Order: sequence, then C-alpha cells, then structure tokens
Amino acid sequence: MSSTFETVAGIISETCDIPREKITPESHAINDLGIDSLDFLDVAFAIDKAFGIKMPLEQWTQEVNDGKVSSDRYFVLKDLCDNIDALVAAKAA
Amino acid sequence: MRLEYFQMVDRITRLDTDARQIAADCQVPDESPIFEGHFPGHPIMPGVLMIETMAQTGGWLVLATLRFASMPFLAQVKEAKMRAFVAPGAALQAEAELLHDGSGYAVVKGRIASGGKTAAEAEVRYRVVPFPNETLRGQMLDTARRIGVPEAFFHAA
Repeated sequence: MSSTFETVAGIISETCDIPREKITPESHAINDLGIDSLDFLDVAFAIDKAFGIKMPLEQWTQEVNDGKVSSDRYFVLKDLCDNIDALVAAKAA
Repeated sequence: MRLEYFQMVDRITRLDTDARQIAADCQVPDESPIFEGHFPGHPIMPGVLMIETMAQTGGWLVLATLRFASMPFLAQVKEAKMRAFVAPGAALQAEAELLHDGSGYAVVKGRIASGGKTAAEAEVRYRVVPFPNETLRGQMLDTARRIGVPEAFFHAA
C-alpha cells in the first residue's frame, strides 16, 4: 500500500502539477485535489503503465453512474491504491 | 473536403471496429477562401484543419464502434505534429486507431498521409456523451451514409 501510494502520488503530482505535500491517502482526487475527469484519464493511463495493469475505468464509471458505489471507492487515493494492489495481485496470480 | 463547412472526410475506405481501425480519403480542394489568407502567395492547409481531419476520422471510428449511440466531442489533442506542407489539390489518406474507449472518453491515434508520406499525426481524445438532440444524430447518420459508413454500423450489434 505505502509504495503503491507513493507511486500514485508521484504520478498525480507530476501529471496534474499538484504539490506532492498536498496529496495524502485520504485525498479525494476530484473533490480535494480538483482533478477533472480529463486529467484523471492521464493519471489512469500513467498508473496502468507504471503497474502493468489495465484499470477497468468503464466498469468503475458505470458502477458510480448507476449509484452502486460511491465515487470514494475509486477516487479516494487509499481506496484507489487498494484497487490497484488487487489488480496487480490478480495479474500475478 | 468542404473546408468552409468543416466536412473533412470524403469517403471511408476501411472500417474495422474489431481491429479498431479506420481509413478515409480526403481530397483537399483546389480553391478555398481559406487559402487566400493561409497564406498569400503560399497556400497550404492550416494545421488546425489537419487536426480537425484526424479528429473527424477518429470520430467516425468511435461513432461506428458505439453504433451511433453516443457522440464524441473533441476534448484534447496531444503530440500533434505537422510534418509536411499540404497544398491545394492534395489527395490525403487519413487513418485512426482506437486506443481506449469506455469511461466517458475515447482516445485515438490519428495520422494523415499525402503522397505516401506522413503529413500529420496526433493523439486525439474525445468526451463521449449522449447525443444532445435527434437533429444532430440524424445529421450524423445522413453524413455517415454519404461518406460510406456501412449500414450495419448504424444499429446496435
């Protein structure tokens, strides 16, 4: 988790020009950090590349739009990192 | 091409949504008021219209992939490169490959060739949203028929 978060925070800081110290595991990418969905696309692509995974953005977007889950599940960074770790583990399995 | 009407694609020559690829012919007109200003004594296609041509070519690929259920609007252009001058009368071949869809966005890699050489390339991103009205959807379907999008792509698979 911690190294995943460090990588993700670095990607967000660099991609969105946000000071690294403002990014915490509790940060909500949209509500707290002000990342819009277009910029988040770059973040997502960079995460995919860094971790060798493909985040199912379409499925996640659908779940949020359908009201099945809160956007916190995918946009609060500690939750996002949990999802990334799960995808990395699933790929290795 | 009818530059003044932003009709950049003349004819779809290849459309394969399984391979996520499209190709199209785009004939630059011999004359246009655009060339009077861009540039006097040295008429060339404006780079922004080359980008628009790639955006429209990729847009038809997105529309066909989605079976015209939603409309892609230009949201971002990355790494656009104009590699050669394109003069009036040039026969262009535009092509695009779909790199990403879903998530409310689509991403294509676009390219335009002239005389067998790359004239322009860019990564183009679209915000994909429901058609704002039936008028636009109807016009897009009419244009799709005119430029040769097969009827099979007009309806849900």
